[in-house]
Amino acid sequence: MNLRGYFLPVVATLGFVFLYAPIVSLVVFSFNESRLVTVWGGFSTRWYGELLRDGQMLSAAWVSLKVATLSATLATVIGTLAAFTLTRFARFRGKLLLTGMVTAPLVMPEVITGLSLLLLFVTMENMLGWPAGRGLTTVVIAHATFCAAYVTVIAQSRLRDMDESLEEAARDLGAGPVRVFFDITLPVITPALISGWLLAFTLSLDDLVVASFVSGPGASTLPMVIFSKVRLGVSPDVNALATIIIVIVAIAVTIAGLLLRRQHKKY
Amino acid sequence: MSAPDAVPSASHAPLYRRLFLIAVVALALALRFDLLTLEAQTAGTLTLILWTTALALIALEASDALGISRRWLVIALPMLWLFVFFLVPFLVLGRISIAESMIARPPYSPLWERGSDGSLEIIASLDNYRFLLSDALYRNAYLSSFRVAAISTIFALLIGYPLAYYIARAPEPRRSILLLLVILPFWTSFLLRVYAWIGFLRRDGVINNILTWAGVIDEPLVMMQTDLAVYIGIVYTYLPFMILPLYANLVKLDGALLEAAGDLGASPMVTFLTITLPLSLPGIVAGSMLVFIPAIGEYVIPALLGGPDTLMIGRVLWDEFFASRDWPVASAVAIVMLVLVVLPIMWLQSVQNREVPK
Repeated sequence: MNLRGYFLPVVATLGFVFLYAPIVSLVVFSFNESRLVTVWGGFSTRWYGELLRDGQMLSAAWVSLKVATLSATLATVIGTLAAFTLTRFARFRGKLLLTGMVTAPLVMPEVITGLSLLLLFVTMENMLGWPAGRGLTTVVIAHATFCAAYVTVIAQSRLRDMDESLEEAARDLGAGPVRVFFDITLPVITPALISGWLLAFTLSLDDLVVASFVSGPGASTLPMVIFSKVRLGVSPDVNALATIIIVIVAIAVTIAGLLLRRQHKKY
Repeated sequence: MSAPDAVPSASHAPLYRRLFLIAVVALALALRFDLLTLEAQTAGTLTLILWTTALALIALEASDALGISRRWLVIALPMLWLFVFFLVPFLVLGRISIAESMIARPPYSPLWERGSDGSLEIIASLDNYRFLLSDALYRNAYLSSFRVAAISTIFALLIGYPLAYYIARAPEPRRSILLLLVILPFWTSFLLRVYAWIGFLRRDGVINNILTWAGVIDEPLVMMQTDLAVYIGIVYTYLPFMILPLYANLVKLDGALLEAAGDLGASPMVTFLTITLPLSLPGIVAGSMLVFIPAIGEYVIPALLGGPDTLMIGRVLWDEFFASRDWPVASAVAIVMLVLVVLPIMWLQSVQNREVPK
């Protein structure tokens, strides 16, 4: 029998087991009666109940959702403008600087981004009186800044691929630059902007390090609360939370997949 | 842009726009001087929105009045935002790295001080950098960050390559599903995926339970709080970043080349080493960069899975800031990291990008 014929499927199966075993065990042990996370003590949904009564966790989740929505929207606006500038304006002073500032956040370690932004906020507060203390606003600014880089990359590749003759045609027919942007460019790149927004939303929701630096009292995000819990050891209500997140993601991905398939059929 | 931008004269600027501008500025000033009482967070966010709007409107007025093309406004917003919130922070970082730590709010010395005779005295020293050089802890942390990131990248490549190859060779409906399965974990929380491994690697964790039950071991293995746990955590978290560029590269591989090699008598091993591997080199480089770059500054994984002796520079910076509250030394650590790690990576990437069009 051919040994090589088995090698790849076996390695691939092991790879997927490696990717999914921890996630499966998270879900399974969220229904565990016992407080010991890894010893099975019977089926129970008590940890879900406890999660719903955990006021700190719920308010942190609310903060995280607000931060993610605001910063993803802000990042999409900044990223779209940056991408448009870089692809459509041939040459201008500072183009190199803008290119650098747009790509650098992608390789910047989170600890540096977090620390440098915190120091900026502290210095600004001393010199200008704004932002007064740290909280939701500072986290939104920080997240919008690093997420804008990702949105720019996505929007840029869509703008490069798109047929520029459409914009030219509109201009030839007498549309001003603003009208061309809103009537032609924006509708064409909207799918890219939606995926950019979703990516920014996820990155913001996921971020622990930057938020820990720039957040203040009363504005703890969900990852910050989870981290302080997890540091003290495993706790089953975190498993319950993980399961809820996994279910939401699975549903969202299924819906997105179905929508994409329908769109493919249409064209 | 080929078409000349329309530049309306100042008289065309609608009156309502100016009224709106005045209203925005008035509201912002009212907030600034506490004439309006709002919840602190709402006030902060509102201030940001108001001032951004006001600045944009003022810029619009100014460009109309001076007859400057409006395209500068489009350029100005992302430019200004990134300048203030991305570039300026590094200047602040550099400035605080030469300050002295002191018990104050904020906990560092001011840049200058008025002497008793009114003379201006600048407080700046390279003591923090000297301290980093003299203490072996920091040197070891930089070195071991490089080591951990490099070893994790190699493991990710060894696991990711066969997976990417398998997916690229799979027939169509299955290929898309497998690809989706690789991306899916990325959309769930990163923190919770690292947390899942605590349950696996603990003394009474899943792996030890299974092995003891199967009779493979008598004593539980020590896996948590070791370097091994950190490698596993990094490989697990960043494996999709390795697989996706490799897949994108391997899926374009021309099957005819492999057939030709086989027809000419090359064994599959030789074919792989002389054709597949060299052709997939760009994918290997891209994937390795995507794993290595976030791994080297990683904080969460060594903090949760590593032991007290797992030194990584991101963790050292974090502890310097949050535990020792020594902001100037933390800034100096960040500046050195910027010079030793980030600048070389950016340089490498720009070299790579320049090679692509050829």
